[in-house]
Amino acid sequence: MTPDFDQDHFKMFGLPVRFGIDVTQLDQAYRKVQAEVHPDRYSVGSGAEKRLSMQWATRANEAYQTLKKPVARARYLLALAGIDTQEETNTAMPPQFLVQQMTWRELVTEARGQRDVGGLDAVAGELRTLERALHLELARSLDDSPDHGHAAGLVRKLRFLEKLAEEIRAAQESMEH
Amino acid sequence: MALLQIFEPGESTAPHQHRLAVGIDLGTTNSLVATVRSGIAEVLPDREGFPLLPSVVRYFPDGAVQVGRLARLSQSDDPENTIISIKRFMGRGVADVARYGAMPYQLEDAPGMVRLRTCAGVKSPVQISAEILKLLRMQAEESLAGELVGAVITVPAYFDDAQRQATKDAARLAGINVLRLLNEPTAAAIAYGLDNCSEGTFAVFDLGGGTFDVSILRLTRGVFEVLATSGDSGLGGDDFDQAILSHWRQSQGIASANQKDMRRLLMESRALKERLTAATEAIAAVDLSYGQHVSLGLSQGEFWDMTAPLVQRMLAPVRRALRDADLAVDDVDGVVMVGGATRMPHVQKAVADFFGKTPLNNLDPDKVVALGAAIQANILAGNRRADELLLLDVIPLSLGLETMGGLAERVIPRNSTIPVARAQEFTTFKDGQTAMAIHVVQGERELVSDCRSLARFELRGIPPMAAGAARIRVTYQVDADGLLSVAAEETLSGVHSSIEVKPSYGLSDDEVAAMLQAGFQHAESDLAARALAEQRTDAARLIEALRSALRADGDELMTRDEILEVESGISRLEDAASGGDHHVIRTRIDELSQATELFAARRMNKSVAAALTGRKLEELSNL
Repeated sequence: MTPDFDQDHFKMFGLPVRFGIDVTQLDQAYRKVQAEVHPDRYSVGSGAEKRLSMQWATRANEAYQTLKKPVARARYLLALAGIDTQEETNTAMPPQFLVQQMTWRELVTEARGQRDVGGLDAVAGELRTLERALHLELARSLDDSPDHGHAAGLVRKLRFLEKLAEEIRAAQESMEH
Repeated sequence: MALLQIFEPGESTAPHQHRLAVGIDLGTTNSLVATVRSGIAEVLPDREGFPLLPSVVRYFPDGAVQVGRLARLSQSDDPENTIISIKRFMGRGVADVARYGAMPYQLEDAPGMVRLRTCAGVKSPVQISAEILKLLRMQAEESLAGELVGAVITVPAYFDDAQRQATKDAARLAGINVLRLLNEPTAAAIAYGLDNCSEGTFAVFDLGGGTFDVSILRLTRGVFEVLATSGDSGLGGDDFDQAILSHWRQSQGIASANQKDMRRLLMESRALKERLTAATEAIAAVDLSYGQHVSLGLSQGEFWDMTAPLVQRMLAPVRRALRDADLAVDDVDGVVMVGGATRMPHVQKAVADFFGKTPLNNLDPDKVVALGAAIQANILAGNRRADELLLLDVIPLSLGLETMGGLAERVIPRNSTIPVARAQEFTTFKDGQTAMAIHVVQGERELVSDCRSLARFELRGIPPMAAGAARIRVTYQVDADGLLSVAAEETLSGVHSSIEVKPSYGLSDDEVAAMLQAGFQHAESDLAARALAEQRTDAARLIEALRSALRADGDELMTRDEILEVESGISRLEDAASGGDHHVIRTRIDELSQATELFAARRMNKSVAAALTGRKLEELSNL
């Protein structure tokens, strides 16, 4: 017998299946679930209880991480609707977006070369602003007037930005050594 | 033993019997054991009243072992056989420990972990650590007047899988049931959080004798959520001693010191470091064995300059942890200092300057980790309801596997909350390929050769297919101790292979069994008696838990037949437990545990549902 694993991540935390969620409610529900199922509660339990508790806690962590991050949440919602976001295969992007990406990439390379921490922070800041705008657009295309194709495109854009943010972090880290 | 009372026919005893459990801080320099008594966490001192047990183990040619203060006092008599700072060797190879500076030991490069050749034979760091743990266990059982249910053992948060597994093996070798491996900064946060009822975001800065950790935690009403952890498992107070020692040798040309002199110089260097915590100037002096008298005068300022690079080295992990937690320095509400080495004023100052606030030092930095571990042990042993305190910890280093071209592919990223599982699919690259090698690695670097190799295993028996047709699913599962197990399966054919990641660093079960055998001075019958007592205790615990669960939820969640089945399983186990064969008891325990899995699953589902709908759990069960 497996635990009640068939339910989706939203149901696990008693949340409505939508992009716009109350993050505080998510945090609280996650902690409540973990307080019940965490292996620390079953350290003197039976073998069956220990195994189940690890499965449950693992599942709760996965669900929480998925719902907590907007991109992962959007990707998951699309997957529930049977839509593949094709992040590895579909690299077609609007030209304007690509130009912006290239400009940022150049700035990052330049800042890295000159060990310019401020320059990196500036790009990271612009990135965050665009990310927030895309999150708002995601809320519209997933909740208000559903357009899954458009939402998938937004997820692909956000994945691009994530990769760039990772590069900035790597550059920041390399400067500290 | 009180637990055995449950074997009396008729009613079971009260469900809330106090179970003896301890927290153990197995430190590089000192080790401690603590417990919760009458609701208060306290360190258990040894017979002479000392709370700290020096982590020093001396071997004698006749096989005798001396652990603690006496071994430390006499360490320069026989430095080759008096092992200090063994924690730095746990799960490490010869190349790793070579970085720590000059050592008098005769090292042997065994597969995975280095071994030490002593006058009492070749010893692994696991065995040497087990000697320390054994003494702590006896010390605890003596002062608590009973056998321990188990212990929470602390490890540096930045310990990798090999180091954690080695620690767990050492505990097992010392006859300790490990309730949980707990990260040291998290343990400290528990002691601090419960003491001060703190809420907010905290950084724990833990500089021990040989390891450095920094953890960023968020505390909210009894929930301790580790957001990120970082550190350097090869950086500690010992390095400050070594800095003084090498300065001393260089400045005074003490080149050809023998091992005894070297150990004396090191001891004096350490004493000098400690004096410089309070004094602005101090002097160290040693009479070397060939009659020469050497002394070193050092000012605080000189010592700080000399060790500034070490202090600088600590700030990079701090920045990394903040970045991983997605926080700025200002978001941190408080900084907690842990570990004896944080007493150094320039370390305090560097941390204060970095965070822009005065660090908290109101708990003894030597004891705080053991106290936190004791609080956790008390809960895990079932003496307190677990939902008063919830720990959500993370893995410190990414886990991955080797792919084409010697590159490491990340499967579980660092700072993932545990327990965590992640599956990744791979395929074959040759036509008719029937086996696939899986190389499990840990670390942040791109090249496998720069990461730590944890294990290699093979998935065999893949049916021959065209290249790229097989679907090989590799699943990583990290448990609540931070330990990894890996399984691989070809999903089209169902061929399965799995491994608990330990062969390349830890000890095999057979090795542990052999060492246990050798370690006990008892006759074989005593060993059997111990095994019997352990299985009886396990049986008693399972029966007690099941009876209580049946009382609470049996009628609601089970059919009459299901209940009868469980009850007959219980009586079969009771029969076995009153017999003398520990193998039979184990079999019955496993059978009963399996037979009640359905019940356990329903109870867990019910408790989750109840928690979310806001009903109080007490209304539903009284476990």
